[in-house]
Amino acid sequence: MQLGSLQEIIDQHIHDGQSVALEGFTHLIPFAAGHEILRQKKRDLHLIRMTPDLIYDQLIGASCARALTFSWGGNPGVGSLHRLRDAVENGWPRPLEIHEHSHAGMAAAYTAGAARMPFGMLRGYAGTDLPAVNAEVREVRCPYTNEKIATVPAINPDVTVLHAQAADRQGNVFIRGIVGAQKEAALAAATLIVTVEEIVDSLGAPMNAIVLPHWVVTAIAEVPIGAYPSYALGYYGRDNAFYLAWDEIARDRERFTEWINLHVLSSRDHAEFLDSLAEAA
Amino acid sequence: MNVASSSLNKYTPDEMMTIAAARLIWPGCVCFVGIGVPSAAANLARLIHAPDIVLIYESGAIGTQPRVLPLSIGDGELAETATAVVPLPEIFSYWLQAGRIDVGFLGAAQIDRFGNLNSTVIGGYANPKTRLPGAGGAPEIAQHAKQIFVVLKQSLRSFVQKLDFCTSAGFLNGNGERARRAIPGAGPQVVITDLGVLKPVTGSQELTLVARYENVSVDKIRAATSWPLAVADTIDVVAPPTSEELRVLRDLHKRTEIAYAGKAHRLTKTPRPLFEQARSTA
Repeated sequence: MQLGSLQEIIDQHIHDGQSVALEGFTHLIPFAAGHEILRQKKRDLHLIRMTPDLIYDQLIGASCARALTFSWGGNPGVGSLHRLRDAVENGWPRPLEIHEHSHAGMAAAYTAGAARMPFGMLRGYAGTDLPAVNAEVREVRCPYTNEKIATVPAINPDVTVLHAQAADRQGNVFIRGIVGAQKEAALAAATLIVTVEEIVDSLGAPMNAIVLPHWVVTAIAEVPIGAYPSYALGYYGRDNAFYLAWDEIARDRERFTEWINLHVLSSRDHAEFLDSLAEAA
Repeated sequence: MNVASSSLNKYTPDEMMTIAAARLIWPGCVCFVGIGVPSAAANLARLIHAPDIVLIYESGAIGTQPRVLPLSIGDGELAETATAVVPLPEIFSYWLQAGRIDVGFLGAAQIDRFGNLNSTVIGGYANPKTRLPGAGGAPEIAQHAKQIFVVLKQSLRSFVQKLDFCTSAGFLNGNGERARRAIPGAGPQVVITDLGVLKPVTGSQELTLVARYENVSVDKIRAATSWPLAVADTIDVVAPPTSEELRVLRDLHKRTEIAYAGKAHRLTKTPRPLFEQARSTA
């Protein structure tokens, strides 16, 4: 396990053309890591996330992605992700190949990936048009009952990136609250990068807590408030006002590009990014 | 229910729709809800007549009792007030797929006469006119919940002859096709709109208008439907909102508004009682 700055970790472990999953289901979304990917101008990434959320809206609008695997692409409770829509509807700033699933399908795909099985299965997609537009959704016959069961190929990202509350000095990572499919996405990946609110002497995690042991973690960076404007339970709340405000910012290509330049590209790191937002507020 | 006093209340079609949906929830109902009207309706039911409703959100919150309506499906409020928070793959496999959900509450951009739903795209999939957020949990909720309540506004744009995309199966082509395909749940049993209430008719399973709201004519509802709407022999008039229903719903929305008011970029740092507690009790 490598302990370092987010800058050097992203530089060293994320490369153009890779498949990258920044997971976190509304909670603990690794925004700081996403912004660092954006700053380092990574290109041709195959982005994977159940809910692309604002962070992928930003990466897509900033030309980092060539493909997206996802299962729900909206701004939660607000409406559209306008940069994602612009890419799909108009190919701006570049065409985006989409691999679309349901949540249940994607959860099964991550679970298979974590278990290093070739595919996941579920009773899913029944009667829907999704298999018609995503050839990855197929079916098998149950060898015992002959029932048809839907299948999805395992998702094994080159790199998974998570944000968590804490890690200890050995590199064990503690995640709590709404945990989404983070554990599955973490164990499915070849490389696992984690940003944490803080590094502590002892996690003191309850016995059945989700702890990712140090030997499955590739690298850790301490990035306080690293999930903002998403949240970290026990540290800070979700900035719902920011999610509402994003609708206006992202609606317009120029306004979006200005925002990215002003707040993300002009900041050296996440602390500066947060300062620049505070100044603008 | 005090109809006399309630008729003095002014209310919006959206409020009537939310309240009509809430009334369908029974005490103890295990309800899988999404954000928007479904979440408002389910929480209204919890605050009025079904305090023991079990609310499940796909983010993994089971038995949650939010004080304000969540903006997202994974707001901290949902986790902090839940009986249990489980990983997301579990919600879909052990809870939904295993048939432990009484009612799945869904919205959509389009519905057809057999209750099939589109929340994926308007126009062609490859060349969309409007790309919508997509499926999320809906296809499997529609497949596995014991029954589905659909809530959406009724218009020519939403009540369509043919879906641009089928995201979630209702009765497919009707006449028992859903059962023949061995889809486990009973499908959409009620569709609540801002004009009235539709239910599938026995046999063909075509959605049929069974109730209208006061001051909404059947003709108006027909005019907001792109197919020749089937209408039941007798049409009920849904009781207008009571004063209590309106008060509780408006209080809930007000609390929610206040909770989200203010400028973006305001970091709400919380002390860490939970984390400290977790550490100190370990």
